[in-house]
This record gives sequence, structure tokens and C-alpha cells, in this order.
Amino acid sequence: MKIVKLKKENLHPFLQAVSQDAELWAPVRLSNNKHSFQLIDDFSKIDLDYTRTILPPRKLFLPPEFNMFQASFQGYQEDYSHVTPKVLFGVHPCDLHGLLIFDQFHRQAFEDPYYLKARENTLVFGHSCWPDEYCFCQSTHTHIIEEGYDLFFSELDDYYLVWIGSSEGDDCLRLTPELFEESISEEDIKSYIAWQEKRNRAFQLHINFVSMPDLMELRYHHPLWEVLGQACLSCGSCSMVCPTCNCYNVNDHPVLGKNYSEIHRCWDSCMLENYSAVAGGENFREKRSQRLKLWYTHKLQAYISKYGKPACVGCGRCLVTCPVDINIYTVSRALEGEQVDAFWNRLANEVKQ
Amino acid sequence: MKVVNKTNQTKNPFLPEPARIVRMYPLTEDVKFFQVRLVDIEKSLSFQYRPGQFAMISVLGAGEAPFSISSTPSRPGLLEFCIRQTGTVTRAIFNLKENDLIGVRGPYGNGFPIEKMEGKDILIVMGGLGAAPLRSVLLYCLDNRDLFGRVILLHGAKRPAEMIFLQEFLDLKKRSDLECYLTVDQDDTGQWVDNVGVVTTLFPQLKEINPNQTVALVCGPPVMYKFVIQELLKLNIPKDQILMTLERRMKCGVGKCGHCAIDYIYTCLDGPVFTYWDVIHMRELI
Ligand SMILES: Cc1cc2nc3c(=O)[nH]c(=O)nc-3n(C[C@H](O)[C@H](O)[C@H](O)COP(=O)(O)OP(=O)(O)OC[C@H]3O[C@@H](n4cnc5c(N)ncnc54)[C@H](O)[C@@H]3O)c2cc1C
Ligand code: SF4
Ligand code: SF4
Ligand code: FES
Repeated sequence: MKIVKLKKENLHPFLQAVSQDAELWAPVRLSNNKHSFQLIDDFSKIDLDYTRTILPPRKLFLPPEFNMFQASFQGYQEDYSHVTPKVLFGVHPCDLHGLLIFDQFHRQAFEDPYYLKARENTLVFGHSCWPDEYCFCQSTHTHIIEEGYDLFFSELDDYYLVWIGSSEGDDCLRLTPELFEESISEEDIKSYIAWQEKRNRAFQLHINFVSMPDLMELRYHHPLWEVLGQACLSCGSCSMVCPTCNCYNVNDHPVLGKNYSEIHRCWDSCMLENYSAVAGGENFREKRSQRLKLWYTHKLQAYISKYGKPACVGCGRCLVTCPVDINIYTVSRALEGEQVDAFWNRLANEVKQ
Repeated sequence: MKVVNKTNQTKNPFLPEPARIVRMYPLTEDVKFFQVRLVDIEKSLSFQYRPGQFAMISVLGAGEAPFSISSTPSRPGLLEFCIRQTGTVTRAIFNLKENDLIGVRGPYGNGFPIEKMEGKDILIVMGGLGAAPLRSVLLYCLDNRDLFGRVILLHGAKRPAEMIFLQEFLDLKKRSDLECYLTVDQDDTGQWVDNVGVVTTLFPQLKEINPNQTVALVCGPPVMYKFVIQELLKLNIPKDQILMTLERRMKCGVGKCGHCAIDYIYTCLDGPVFTYWDVIHMRELI
């Protein structure tokens, strides 16, 4: 892979050049100090000093709600208005892995043009990161990334090492060749390795995913699920923030004053009560415990069995989001039989009351 | 910059094909029969599917829902569905008239493994709306009669008026190459000449079954499965020769919306036909 150098002061001019004919999206600090990928109209708003955004970048490829068709008796018009040329800057490795999982998911069986078109019209620029106490991407091997981006910016002192991941990425550099330096010194390499080693030691949270498929199977009928089920609020937030959750619902919206309907696709969550309800009043997952099992089967078992890696990229979003602390960490600990955990006792007590 | 609109030629799997209702009439109080034809005549004649597959049917302004294809691929051109009115989409379909347009996309799902069933005795057990997918395979077997051994049909309904395809099955009963048993839980007409009792009461009437040579197909209301499967196991039919079709909530039919997930499979891709072995092997199936 080709690697070049970019001085930090040259970043904005470069972004300016690549986003000439495209929307630029990058992390922005919100008033509550949380971060979010936002459309950038002013480069000074870009804040690269962030750990995780509230929502993962998948919101740019399949927005929370968008129109699939304008449907009338004259026929169905496909609506791809969410597909606009975009440059998405500042994506961390875990989220890039999330996109890779999404790529594979939307390509398999039937190709999903709403996702694939958006993905193909977006340049994705990754950015290095530093873990906080909720990051555990080392355990999911998603702390490093080798594909799925056009450019990747590794931040070192006052410059970036820029990894060129695609032919389009290479084209981008050619827009402003004067901003980049081709030669990478022995010094640069040393500081990169030192940075990497330091980062590797900075991870505080670890999850042993290897035993999870077996534990999901062995403890499928364990009372832990009832305890978790009683604590869960069924709010669905965990699904909204997870980079690998793909569920959606479809609704018809007749448009007032027009002779057509719009067919909207909107994010859904398997944690919501009616997710598996079918005609005749039957609901295959009436209980919260059943819905939690489905969610965690997807993250901890199904994907590992099929692809050898979990459908979790270690981003920590469910850890910081769930209001009652049901998350991939606490659930995996519970599956390991960890019941002395303060979390577990608290939940068990809350449920008793 | 190169970011500008690339055109992806991917066919949109969510795009319905316009189809016209050729014929519709009630089968029971709340179930109607629909014959539809794709408007594009070439697509209509080349629409290939296997018994047990389903299609997504859409009604403008109301939405889309999955329905089993009740016709047989051995009679191309028309697609048939039996639909029970339960909610928004089905109500909208019921309100349509002959010649109205609907959307159809599919076929989806795995369907019955008809090639593997060739040469075997086919035992079909249907209850209620289970007739929808199983009529397809029944007609397929009858249309290709020499490919199969015995063909046995057990069909149960609550009351004679609730028996879907009653007239059709009464006619089929006259065939000597089909062992056809009909039953109702209760005869409130006084006119019923066949068996009275739940569908399992038909089993003692069957001529001797050669279990290894038999493939059993079951579809009906959830309560039916448990009792019918006990009977099939009593007959020593191997667990992987007992096939059943299952219902799940489905929003896309193509493995994307997640609604039909069970364990690690999507019912719309890997189902809706499962063997009894799958069912005991995979948690949550029934
Ligand atoms: C593979 C497959 C094959 C099928 N084949 C047939 C067939 O051949 N014939 C047939 O009649 N049916 C068939 N069905 C069932 C059929 O798809 C449903 O009856 C249909 O989806 C109902 O759609 P609807 O819009 O009319 O009902 P909806 O308006 O969606 O609701 C009907 C019922 O579903 C439940 N429900 C739905 N959404 C919610 C919600 N948000 N909250 C609470 N409850 C909810 C409720 O119980 C409600 O009464 C099949 C289903 C599958 C999966
Ligand atoms: S399960 Fe939690 S930590 Fe893992 S990818 Fe999803 S939100 Fe991130
Ligand atoms: S696990 Fe937490 S975030 Fe997810 S639905 Fe339950 S309460 Fe909400
Ligand atoms: S119906 Fe959407 S995934 Fe199966």
C-alpha cells in the first residue's frame, strides 16, 4: 500500500479540494460534548479529537428514514435522493469495520441498491483514534484496518501518515499533489511504531469472544436472560447506535394532494415489542428476554459461526448508551458466569424490588 | 472530482412487478382466492418458482406483505394466492376488484425440495390456511404424477364452511391416484359425509405407510404442528423427511430487513420450509 505524508496545516486545504463537488461530512462536537458526523460548511467545526460519534456512519448510507419509491398507478419511481456525492472524513477503524460488515451484508443474496449506490458515491477517509475506557476493539480485532477506506489518516505529532486504500483515494491526492510529501523517513516510521505500541497498551477493556458462541448455546435457557429481560426498557437505543444493526421497517405514506404514495424505509429494532408480531395476534418474541437473546445471538454467535468474527466491532456505543447497562460487555460477562459483578447484583436487586 | 454520481446497475430487488387481478372470489368467510397475471406478458410466462415459495404482494397506499404461492409452476402464466383478511394490507387487497392492479415481487424463500421428493410417497397434512402453500405442491405432484409414489392428502378445517378449496378437494377425491382424506372438527351443517374430528383422527385410517419411503409435508395453525408431528414420529417417518413451512413477520423477503430472523438464519432466505430436524435443532423455530 502506498503511504504519503501530510502536514496538519495542509489538511483543510486538502479537504477543501476534495469536497469541491461533494458534501463533506465529518465529526463535530455537539453542545452536549458528544460527537456526531455532520455536514460541514465550515472547516473549523471539524473536531477530530473524539472517541465515538452518537450514531455510526451507516446513517449516511441508509438514513434513519428515507423514501424508496414514489408509487402510483403509473408505476414505481425509484428514489435515490439520499445518494449524493459525499466525502466522509474522520472515520475510526471500528466504524470502518462496521461498514465492511455492512458492505458484505448488503451485497449478499440480493444486492441492496439503496446502500450500494450510496456507498459507491462516498469517499471514505479513515482517521486514527485513541481508546477510552469503553473501547474494546482490540478484542474484536477491529482496532486496525486494511481495507474499506479510500484514505486513512494516521495522526502523529504535527503531520499525518496517509494510507492510500483505493484508486479513487489516489486520485484525490492528485488534486493537490503539492500538499503531500512522498518520502517517509526512518524517524517517521519509528514514531509510528512507537505510537502503535503505546496505543496497543492503552486498551483497558477486553472481552473474550472466542467462547461466546458456545456460551450463548450453553446458557440459552439460563435465568440470566430473565433478569436482563426484566431490566431492559425495550427502548431500542442499542440497535440505533450499533454499527452492525441493519433492521428496518417499511411504511406507505400517501402524499397529500398528489396521486402517489411514498414508500419509506426506516430504522427498526428487534428490541421493540412488535418486531416479531404477526397476523392473528401471535408474537414470536413477546418477552424482552427473548428479544435480548436475538440481539445477542446476532452479535455474539450467529456472525461468528458464519464468518469467524463477531458482529461487534468494539466501538463501545452500547456501553455508553444503554440506560440500564445491558451491553455487550455486561452480557458477555454474565454469560461467562460472572454474577458477583456489581452490575449484575444491582440488576438482580432492582428486579427483585 | 470522481465522487460524482456513479451509476450502479444493480437491479432493485424491492421493485414490485405490476400484476392484474384476473379473478377473485371468496373461499371462506375471511379467505379469498386471487388469480393474478403479471402485466408484462413475457415476465408472466417466464416467472419460475417452486412449490412452497412465496411472493411479496403490494397494494398502493396500503403496503406489502408475504403470501404463499398456491398455484403450481407446472401451470405457468397465472399466479394464485389465498389470502386471509387480518390487517391493513390484506384489508386493502380484499377491497380490490377484478382487473385492479397490485404489485408482485418474488419468488422468495427456499420452497419444497421437489427434486429430492421424487420417487417418494408424499404425505400432505394441511390445516386451515396451511392449504395455501401445500396446494401448490399437491397440484405439482398430481401434474407430474409418475414422478412420485403414493400421494396422500389429509386436510382439516374447523367447520365445512371453513374448509379452503373444499370443492376442489371433493373433486380430487374422485381420483384413484390420490388418497384424499378430509375432516372437520365439527359438522354444523348435517351434510358432511367425510370424517368428523381433528386432523390427527385421520391417521388410523391411512393404509400402511412405509416410513423411509415417505416425505411428510405439514402446514397449518401453530397448534396443529405439535399433534401432527407426534403422529408422524409414531409412524417412524425420519425427522428430516418431515417438512413444514413456518410463518414469520417479513418486511422485505430478501434477507435485509431482519424481521424474519431466527437464530442465525433468515426465514425469508433459508425458509420458510424447514425439516422437523431443523426445528428441534434450531431454537425458537416453533
Ligand atoms: C412466508 C409466508 C407466507 C404466507 N402466506 C400466506 C398466505 O398464503 N395467505 C395468507 O393469508 N397469509 C399468509 N401469510 C401471512 C400474511 O403475510 C399476513 O397475514 C400479512 O402480512 C398480514 O398483513 P396485514 O398488513 O394485512 O396485517 P397487519 O396490518 O400487518 O397486521 C395484522 C396483525 O399483525 C399483527 N401486527 C402487525 N403489526 C403489528 C404492530 N406494529 N403491532 C402489533 N401487532 C402487529 C397484529 O396481530 C395484527 O392484527 C404468510 C406469511 C409468511 C411469512
Ligand atoms: S455491540 Fe455495542 S460495542 Fe459492539 S459494535 Fe454494536 S454498539 Fe459497538
Ligand atoms: S438493552 Fe438497553 S438500550 Fe437496548 S433496548 Fe434494552 S434498555 Fe434499551
Ligand atoms: S423478511 Fe426481511 S430479512 Fe427476511
